[in-house]
Amino acid sequence: MEKEMIKIDHLVKSFGDHHVLKDITISFNRGEVVSIIGSSGSGKSTLLRSINLLEEPTSGDIIIDGKSIVKGEMDKKELATRVGMVFQSFNLFENMSVLKNCMIGQITVLKKDKTTAEQNAMKYLKMVGMGQYINARPSQLSGGQKQRVAIARALAMEPECLLFDEPTSALDPEMVGEVLDVIRNLAKTGLTMLIVTHEMQFAKEISDRVIFIDEGLVAEDKPCKEFFSHIEKERVASFLKRMNH
Amino acid sequence: MDFFSDIGYILANYWQDFLLGVGWTLLISLVATLIGLVLGLIIGIIRTIPYSKHKFVFGLQKVINFLLTAYIEIFRGTPMMVQAVVIYWGYAFMAGGQTLPLISSAIVIVSINTGAYIAEIVRGGINGIDKGQFEACHALGMSHFQTMVHVIIPQVMKSILPAVSNEFVINIKDTSVLNVIGVTELYFVMSVTVKMTYKNFPVYFIGAVIYFILTFLVTRIIKLIEKKLIGKKNYSLYTSDAIGLAEAN
Repeated sequence: MEKEMIKIDHLVKSFGDHHVLKDITISFNRGEVVSIIGSSGSGKSTLLRSINLLEEPTSGDIIIDGKSIVKGEMDKKELATRVGMVFQSFNLFENMSVLKNCMIGQITVLKKDKTTAEQNAMKYLKMVGMGQYINARPSQLSGGQKQRVAIARALAMEPECLLFDEPTSALDPEMVGEVLDVIRNLAKTGLTMLIVTHEMQFAKEISDRVIFIDEGLVAEDKPCKEFFSHIEKERVASFLKRMNH
Repeated sequence: MDFFSDIGYILANYWQDFLLGVGWTLLISLVATLIGLVLGLIIGIIRTIPYSKHKFVFGLQKVINFLLTAYIEIFRGTPMMVQAVVIYWGYAFMAGGQTLPLISSAIVIVSINTGAYIAEIVRGGINGIDKGQFEACHALGMSHFQTMVHVIIPQVMKSILPAVSNEFVINIKDTSVLNVIGVTELYFVMSVTVKMTYKNFPVYFIGAVIYFILTFLVTRIIKLIEKKLIGKKNYSLYTSDAIGLAEAN
């Protein structure tokens, strides 16, 4: 299998006159854990959301395993089964139990039978430490529990790549740890992960590579150690200084 | 001429007619509200389909949406009494004098009318659902139809239930306009009874009381159903492999 999994080529995204992503060219390798950092409004979330077409690019191309998702060479269903997503605000299905949340995608999209879907869901719910809560409704859980279920829901689709859009930003401080622990364990499994985060210590600890997005452009793209040890650009330095408060 | 003896006389002699009228009124309004709900949901699902990039499909979607909007505007913008005569006699005109059976006509008319109102209620309900629910479905690869059926509509149902039951109550009262085409609902029974007895006030008084009892009872029953739908607040921890899984489904 090719080492390179996702290739982003001159990606531009505008909302009217507002150019959020100006010209992004970058690629991600299979098995890589990449943190995407930058200040609010820099375009890092938009970049992540473009990768599973939650945002339609204005121009440029996104290629996954040789197929352009922008030109429709990969259908939306295949894209969704290869690339999973974990949202800042969890977005668990309010009308379903925890278990059903982790089964519905498998049943409707992957066409798995109920028993297989259930076993698979249980496996990942146990993995994130939520095996006990399968009967609960999302509204009955804490933020940290919800996010762990959301991670299990994404994993149950057995994606090759998982996108995390600020997974701990909506959590109370005391719950950040339990979610980061789950992601930390996932990083060891060899799953490709792209993580938009404000948790610098966490990024430093688990990333293979760090990307700094500034005003819609890739301002810095370096292996993790190098990124944090040789800070050359002033903007990066000032951002990190602000973050480390 | 005593008011109460008149009431007694009417009830004793015409109770069967009144009962029949109540039966038809309830049947027509219940069936038509349910059909209207299904219509409204289907329209809601169609109107929220994202526009296609394909030019032909895009054009088709535009046309369908225009027709749906026209339907809603026309049926909300004209009185149901007028709709009843236009549809009933319009059909007869087209079919060369042949009319549709009265009860089917009645159900069709009230369903189409209710569908127009409920379509707007459903639209409001769908707009009220958090965008994140749609995004999560997209991220899992679910189609628009799957998203609607499994995730969005069940949540919408909860929020629109009070408005839909309100439509049911309105229909109980508004089916009275169907007397213009001769459907033997409650109001029709009342007017016929008046013609036979010349006792205007006592007959309409009985009618008013019956209408109130019907709407009052229906409102209470729906409140109970709503409470049931909100569901239980507790959940049990899943500890062994023997229990719990079935409950979660």
